[in-house]
Amino acid sequence: MLATVLTAQPVPPADKLSAPAIDYGAIMPVLIVLGAACVGVLVEAFLPKHQRWPVQVVLSLATLAGAGIAMAVYLGDESTPKNGVITLAGTLAVDRPALFLWGTLLVLTLGALLLIADRSVEPGGAFVAEAAIRPGTIQDRAQVAGTGMQTEVFPLTLFALGGMMVFTSANDLLTMFIALEVLSLPLYLMCGLARRRRLLSQEAAVKYFLLGAFASAFFLYGLALLYGYAGSVKLADISNAAAGTDRSDALLFGGLGLLVVGLLFKASVGPFHTWTPDVYQGAPTPITAFMAACTKVAAFGGMLRVLQVGFESTSWEWRGVLWGVAIVSMVIGAVLGLTQTDVKRMIAYSSIAHAGFLLIGSIALTDQGLSGTLFYLLTYGFTTLAAFGVISLVRNADGEATHLSQWAGLAKRSPVTAAVFTFILLALAGIPLTSGFVGKFVIFSAALQDGMAPLVVIALIASAVAAFFYLRVIVLMYFSEPAADGPSVTVPGAFTTASITLGVIATLVLGVLPAFALDWAGSGTFAFQ
Amino acid sequence: MNTAPVVPAVTTSPSASFLLWLLLLVPLLGGIAVAFLRDAKTAKLAALGIALLEFVLVIPTWIAYDPAGSRIQLSSSMDWIPNFGVHLALGVDGISLVMIALIGLLMPIVIGSSWADKLPEGRSVGGFYALLLVMQAGMIGVFAATDVFLFYVFFEAVLVPMYFLIGRFGGPRRQYAAVKFFLYSLLGGLIMLGSVIGLYVVSGDKLGSGTLDWATLTTVISQESQATQTWLFLGFFVAFAIKAPLVPLHTWLPDAAAEAPVGVGVLLVGILDKIGTYGFLRYCLPMFPAASKDLAPLVLVLGVAGLLYGALLATGQNDMKRFVAYTSIAHFGFIAVGIFAFSSQSVSGAVLYMFNHGLSTGMLFLVVGMVIARGGSTLISDYGGMAKLTPLLGGLFLVAGLAGLSLPGTNSFVSEFLVLIGAYPSRPVFAILATIGMILAALYVLWAYQRIMHGPVRGDALLGALKGPGAVAAPETATRQGIKDLDAREIAVLTPLVVLIIVLGFYPAPILDVIGPSVEATLHSVIPLGGN
Repeated sequence: MLATVLTAQPVPPADKLSAPAIDYGAIMPVLIVLGAACVGVLVEAFLPKHQRWPVQVVLSLATLAGAGIAMAVYLGDESTPKNGVITLAGTLAVDRPALFLWGTLLVLTLGALLLIADRSVEPGGAFVAEAAIRPGTIQDRAQVAGTGMQTEVFPLTLFALGGMMVFTSANDLLTMFIALEVLSLPLYLMCGLARRRRLLSQEAAVKYFLLGAFASAFFLYGLALLYGYAGSVKLADISNAAAGTDRSDALLFGGLGLLVVGLLFKASVGPFHTWTPDVYQGAPTPITAFMAACTKVAAFGGMLRVLQVGFESTSWEWRGVLWGVAIVSMVIGAVLGLTQTDVKRMIAYSSIAHAGFLLIGSIALTDQGLSGTLFYLLTYGFTTLAAFGVISLVRNADGEATHLSQWAGLAKRSPVTAAVFTFILLALAGIPLTSGFVGKFVIFSAALQDGMAPLVVIALIASAVAAFFYLRVIVLMYFSEPAADGPSVTVPGAFTTASITLGVIATLVLGVLPAFALDWAGSGTFAFQ
Repeated sequence: MNTAPVVPAVTTSPSASFLLWLLLLVPLLGGIAVAFLRDAKTAKLAALGIALLEFVLVIPTWIAYDPAGSRIQLSSSMDWIPNFGVHLALGVDGISLVMIALIGLLMPIVIGSSWADKLPEGRSVGGFYALLLVMQAGMIGVFAATDVFLFYVFFEAVLVPMYFLIGRFGGPRRQYAAVKFFLYSLLGGLIMLGSVIGLYVVSGDKLGSGTLDWATLTTVISQESQATQTWLFLGFFVAFAIKAPLVPLHTWLPDAAAEAPVGVGVLLVGILDKIGTYGFLRYCLPMFPAASKDLAPLVLVLGVAGLLYGALLATGQNDMKRFVAYTSIAHFGFIAVGIFAFSSQSVSGAVLYMFNHGLSTGMLFLVVGMVIARGGSTLISDYGGMAKLTPLLGGLFLVAGLAGLSLPGTNSFVSEFLVLIGAYPSRPVFAILATIGMILAALYVLWAYQRIMHGPVRGDALLGALKGPGAVAAPETATRQGIKDLDAREIAVLTPLVVLIIVLGFYPAPILDVIGPSVEATLHSVIPLGGN
């Protein structure tokens, strides 16, 4: 096997080098997103400052629409194979789970982009006028008062989205690594672009960058070890190599371990979560929303593919370890979430607990586990998007009022905002008739079917503990008297309203009538080739 | 007892099945509409109108139900989430019909009793009644659902309005009580969710594709191994034991009942807690007969412990609402003993008690609320000799109390008697211990009544109301100013309860006839395995 793979592609003479076949229809959404990102960079270069914002907004929204239409056309085409295609010389697998994840990413990015584009909540938008301005200087104070904005954030978002889409459909580890970098680098940058609280924002960016670089290095090292083991970076080859050979397991499991650490970091699964609260808190809220919703989808999409395609045959060996990781993540998220006093950090710890639930679904190596995790990603993305949308509205003179004590009595002053946030919190807690409940049901039933009953019990107890801190916010908003100098709720502009509405309606619909989305999520499995 | 069929047959009777949907939708949509009413008076009238309409709708439902007919009647079903075999399926048996009737009966009374309540500052009247009606819809759903998933959804959904009713409209420690109530119930609910998912997975292994249809599950799961049944049973049992509540999972109830507004408290102890005992009957016994039989001694111990412990704590309470809550815990212990003694008398008695307890404890809670509304204090020690000032209120307090201690001639006596004679042949020790509970009931009720109503007029609440702050007048010279006896609205609220308590004390047949066949069918799932 080793020999065949290494010698499979003898270097052909230069005149016989032929381009690999490309299924343009299948990868059109990715091409549109990445192409538009490049156009966005050109817009930054050639258009005058005052024209950039409207052009970028229109371009980004049109890109998402175009990518969505391209995907719909591809799916609607009768000749599209049901079990997916492998294209670009075996580097991309466009199968049903990949398409589901692409759709999820596109819709969630639409929601996040609407938040990013909003300039009514914070005059001029949530982003700094010039990233190079040093915090605390006169220029900094001037830009806080002004309305200028770094519109590079739009192409950066599209690049990150393109990276995420490739990440979820990468059929080999090298492509996956490149996609990981493409999605990560813009995020590092965007974390540091907050208009207010620049130091906190920059600290978040540096922290995310340093830890992210470590995680990438882990991933790369794991990749190298796996190549050493299997002689190929393709997931299917690794799986074939691992089945019934007498090669050293040290390379295989060493490689897998390092690879998974990289993935768990991106997915903010405890104990690889340490960056999450700081980055969620420091990043501009629209970017936090983008990261919380989309990075989670991409990371777990990649993890599902790696575990189900590459390592299913050796699951007996590694599943116990990921059991432990899932438990640690749920416990850390639920218990440390109790002690938080900042609403963004609280949602961050909630996301760590949810990552634990998602990991349970990911290691249930069945069709139900796959479709359940995909569905959960969809529901969690919408809910968390709406949560950060609401958080961006509660403000005082210094910007967002994220300290929990400032949320006291919110229901009295703005009943609609409080009601919406209550609904979101109930969804995060998994109360029936919200999408969070259906998500829990599908994941836990998949886990139970795959013989993980103790894990399900722990997850249910963690849910109960986590419910306490969601409840605490509801108590504050509804049952406490408002503070005298408390924050006010900004009346959101059209963009933020649209984004929150999208998240809330999806949370409700997926909770009450989830059948159609469950059908999509369960419409196919990973291509194995 | 050889009449009841082993396999419950579900008949679809489209002719009358819309009644259950109406019962569910009228309060739900009505509640949403009431939430938008700005004017307090309009909101109250609308809520009362909806509650009365709901009561009127119960009557044809009661008539349409044929006690001699199949196990589940008025049933209807439509696909909801086909991926999990989940249906929107409603239907009633005798037990759930009686509970739905109790909801329909108590709701107008609760709204009438809350009519003059002063809500905390800044809270909207429309919101209060909207939450009450939405909760009514949820409770109807709990009792009418014949799909386990749907049941679970209603079971959890009821928490939300209750949480806001306690937390927004309750007493001084309402936040603490609301959160405690919610967390206890949610924890139980999540443990039950584990079992619900377990049912789905086990039935999937057995049938090929999983289902959560109650009737199918009772036939499939009851054939499962002892171990599977025990684990699934425990998940449901913990949730229901928290809800009921059984000692030692009861600590949320006194707090919640003490802080809740009086009307909400009536619903809490009168109906919401019955979900727990109803769950034992509807889910634990038919689905897990082997586990139920195995663990029956455990439940009986908890039940007897609850009825003695609740009685002792009720005796020691100085807070009237907590007093009612502890009497309620004692009564739930009694009901649990009746259910898990597995004889047709004891289970019939327990179901009858579920209905009667709603009337008698509901009335006791209302009367206590009227005392508190007059004196402004919830402490028994702030009262004394009140019957001299308010003879009618004193008399009705006594009626409610006597019903609570199961005096012959009141409704509760019939049910307690049935439980005791049903339990004695198979479980004599528990029956004897339960009798001690009855004696303690006489102690705590009469002692509380005596302290509040008899003797010379005394206590800060009454004297303060008579003479203004700081008055230390001789009670005999006290005039009646300040404290008035029951007004017409309060009499109207209590009259139906008094009538029912006495009528059902002498003639319980209308209820017993309805629940009888369902009780037999429930028992049949346990007994054929060779029990008593």
